[in-house]
Amino acid sequence: MTDTPFSFDKGESLWRQRVGDYFSRPSAVIVFILLVGLLFIAIFAPWIAPQNPYDLSQLDIMDGRLPPGSKAMNGMVFWLGTDEQGRDMLSAILYGLRISLFVGVVSTVCACAIGASIGVFAAYKGGKVETFVMRLVDLQLSFPAILIALVLLAAFGRGIDKVIIALIIVQWAYYARTVRGNALVERNRDYMEAARCLALPRSRILFNHLLPNCLPPLIVVATVQVAHAIALEATLSFLGVGVPVTEPSLGMLIKNGYDYLMSGKYWISTWPGLALVLAIVVINLVGDRLRDVLNPRLAK
Amino acid sequence: MLAYLIRRIGQALLVIAAMATIVFLSIYAVGNPVDILANPNADAKEMAEISARLGLDKPLWEQFGLFVWNALHGDLGRSFVFNEPALKLIIQRMPATLELAFVALIMSIVIGIPLGVWSGLKPDAWSSRAIMSGSILGFSLPNFWIGLMLILLFAVQLKWLPSGGRGPTTDVFGIPVSFLTWEGLRYLLLPAFTLALYKAALVVRLSRSGTREAVLQDYVRFARAKGLSPTRIVLVHVLKNIMIPVVTILGLELGSMIAFAVVTETVFAYPGMGKLLIDSIGRLDRPVIVAYLMMVVVIFVVINLIVDLLYAALDPRVRLQEAE
Amino acid sequence: MRKPVLSLHDLKVEFGTRQGVVKAVDGVSLDVHAGEVVGLVGESGSGKSVTGLAILGLIDPPGRIASGSINLDGQELIGLPDSELRRLRGPSMAMIFQDPMTTLNPVLRIDTQMIETIRAHENVSEKAARDRAEAALRRVGIPSPAERLLTYPHQLSGGMRQRVAIAIALLMNPKVLIADEPTTALDVTIQSQILAEVQQLCAEMGTSLIWITHDLAVVAGLADRIAVMYAGRVVEEGDVDPVLDDPRHPYTYGLLGSAPSRNRRGEKLAQIPGMTPSLANLPKGCAFAPRCVFAADDCKVASPGLTRDHTRTWRCFHPVHAREAAQ
Repeated sequence: MTDTPFSFDKGESLWRQRVGDYFSRPSAVIVFILLVGLLFIAIFAPWIAPQNPYDLSQLDIMDGRLPPGSKAMNGMVFWLGTDEQGRDMLSAILYGLRISLFVGVVSTVCACAIGASIGVFAAYKGGKVETFVMRLVDLQLSFPAILIALVLLAAFGRGIDKVIIALIIVQWAYYARTVRGNALVERNRDYMEAARCLALPRSRILFNHLLPNCLPPLIVVATVQVAHAIALEATLSFLGVGVPVTEPSLGMLIKNGYDYLMSGKYWISTWPGLALVLAIVVINLVGDRLRDVLNPRLAK
Repeated sequence: MLAYLIRRIGQALLVIAAMATIVFLSIYAVGNPVDILANPNADAKEMAEISARLGLDKPLWEQFGLFVWNALHGDLGRSFVFNEPALKLIIQRMPATLELAFVALIMSIVIGIPLGVWSGLKPDAWSSRAIMSGSILGFSLPNFWIGLMLILLFAVQLKWLPSGGRGPTTDVFGIPVSFLTWEGLRYLLLPAFTLALYKAALVVRLSRSGTREAVLQDYVRFARAKGLSPTRIVLVHVLKNIMIPVVTILGLELGSMIAFAVVTETVFAYPGMGKLLIDSIGRLDRPVIVAYLMMVVVIFVVINLIVDLLYAALDPRVRLQEAE
Repeated sequence: MRKPVLSLHDLKVEFGTRQGVVKAVDGVSLDVHAGEVVGLVGESGSGKSVTGLAILGLIDPPGRIASGSINLDGQELIGLPDSELRRLRGPSMAMIFQDPMTTLNPVLRIDTQMIETIRAHENVSEKAARDRAEAALRRVGIPSPAERLLTYPHQLSGGMRQRVAIAIALLMNPKVLIADEPTTALDVTIQSQILAEVQQLCAEMGTSLIWITHDLAVVAGLADRIAVMYAGRVVEEGDVDPVLDDPRHPYTYGLLGSAPSRNRRGEKLAQIPGMTPSLANLPKGCAFAPRCVFAADDCKVASPGLTRDHTRTWRCFHPVHAREAAQ
């Protein structure tokens, strides 16, 4: 007997084929390149940015609120203008993107892992456990995510770690529901019967057999959910309950620029906003394409 | 039907009680509002006085007991900041929020249904593709940013509409409303449109799929075989069929719209209960936060209850299922 | 000879699908005379319903009428703009469908659905239209029609709903009524009632009736003439008695054999072997050849043309004759 269940054997070539499917459309390739570019910028922001926006020694209050294209006292060009503290907006956006993507990805991955585990567990256990978990999921999903996140952050206070925890709590239910729905279909299939007949330990059945087969829909949901998490984080930060002032995400930057919007200093809010929108749209487009590739039945 | 009614109301009360506990614990268990309210130079004695005055020195369970007891008497505590009953503050600001949510709801129907029906009738036209792409943006873009861009365009650049606040109000049955005067409406337009976009995307999708389904139905074919004009078929036969599910779902979404108004009200400095919530979170004014949340939970539960009961009254199958 | 009210000539309807162009109707010719009842018989997928829809101009993309002629009372319908066709639907031709549960709009009252039909064609007052609607309901045997007018479809039984649909179709006294299996979804007892009522109404009004069905037994007592369709073509057409008593085409013969009947009780039910072919990849030659017990080599090469005698036409190289069948 081998360690890999046979559902995996054909999985290898299937995954490769799906990757091929994904790139079969030029637009999908472009979107993917954009995504990789955004990730690259986010990861290497400290090395790319013209200035470290949080090193006060590099800032000059005399450079405050300069429109895009202005020159700094020290001769540096602010391509996207500066904020009220003389901070280069381009640099601030690169750093902000880093924080936004970090929060989005980490919270989604954690929520996915936790939610999926709970979902698989509930589906496998069945009975009262399943009923209880699904009632909880339904109850939570009947309230808007923004409200739950607000309550949690009103309680926790500000902080990147706290935002991530709040986003995990808000999101886990989606995955639990997705996985449970798929697991219900899968658990009556032959290979599950086979695994049970072989008397494999329950944990092995759950994680080696059930979960891999729930993976494609999970990946689709998670991709789109990263975009949602980023948007939600930005909203919370805009409302002043998200990330702290010292580690501004894109949402925080937009909030800072909000006060100057009325006086026509559009750039402080607009550029971070465009960066945010670009990130969200790109991730959504990748998610859409993944949906088409991974689940032809759902294709529009 | 009566047993169902009682059971369903019992469930609703249970949800409210559970949410009350969760809300109370999460809001009261952490942080110390005295730090914010007290004079920064205050000494320990003054701090203790304030604490005692606000009842914050008592053990948590006692505070909770008091909270429940008072809540049952319609008292959700006094605002630390305004020194007024929290519930009164919320109720004062509620008409503004409800007005915003209702106007937005109507706007989302007025915008969403024609676009959705059009793209459902011509799913392959480029205009339909554009509508669908737009609705994906409406779903995924952060709503507050759209609001900001609208302010930038219509208030700052074009100077057509005010950037925020609430316009003059007129009293209707003692409730101040602003949609009756043009000046009041001008203030309502941008925030309501922003909030409407948040749901218009949903309406577009619902009415599109509804239309695509309806045009394949026999009754549409029969209507064509009767010699009716395409206009009449779409406006009467198709529209009437898709309106029922769309309006039902939107009714359910009213609660989420009220909750989401928190964001819109903050962007447009609109004096509703959502703005009050955000201000109160910033000032750690716990009774107001709790009062807001309890109010929204009650609104949610009541809306769900009404919809469920309506379904049960209209559809005998639901009752049968429940009886089993 | 009398001039037919409705005349189809070499009608071809195609559907563009992923597997290529499907010829759902492939060269159908059919004449219907005033007051005549024609049974259009075939299995599902044979193109009989598509033929009916094509006459009313209700073929939607990806389908289209590729060629041929549909002549209604001297007027050519193919190529007519939709607004002109719309004027004819109702007063000149009407159609009723299989499932009475879905034919009527569930959210509109019966009166709305009837009155709008009249007012789409004639500039009459609401009151006059209502009176006519009430009379129409009475005519199809609906008790207390004034009350029924105020109900919604789900408050009526299936048979009642089909009667309402028939009443609507006959509201404008059409010259031709196309009935697409309107009794299939109903109880057997109601089936025969409705069958008889439609036949009688059409006779009274002088309306020609095309009755589409998969059930030969239904048309046996109803139709003056019969057209049997297979894979988009009329394979045999003629007066009802000769076709049913002495079929020429092996497919008609097979259909008669597979219809259970009283006088052969206890016998094994004869069946046509094989399945209806997919229209996307029809066999070369005669489409029925793979299932035909009489097929020879020539059937697999060329498609048989039309043969006719004084009562009927058929498409077969090796027609069945009564003598052979008896052996």
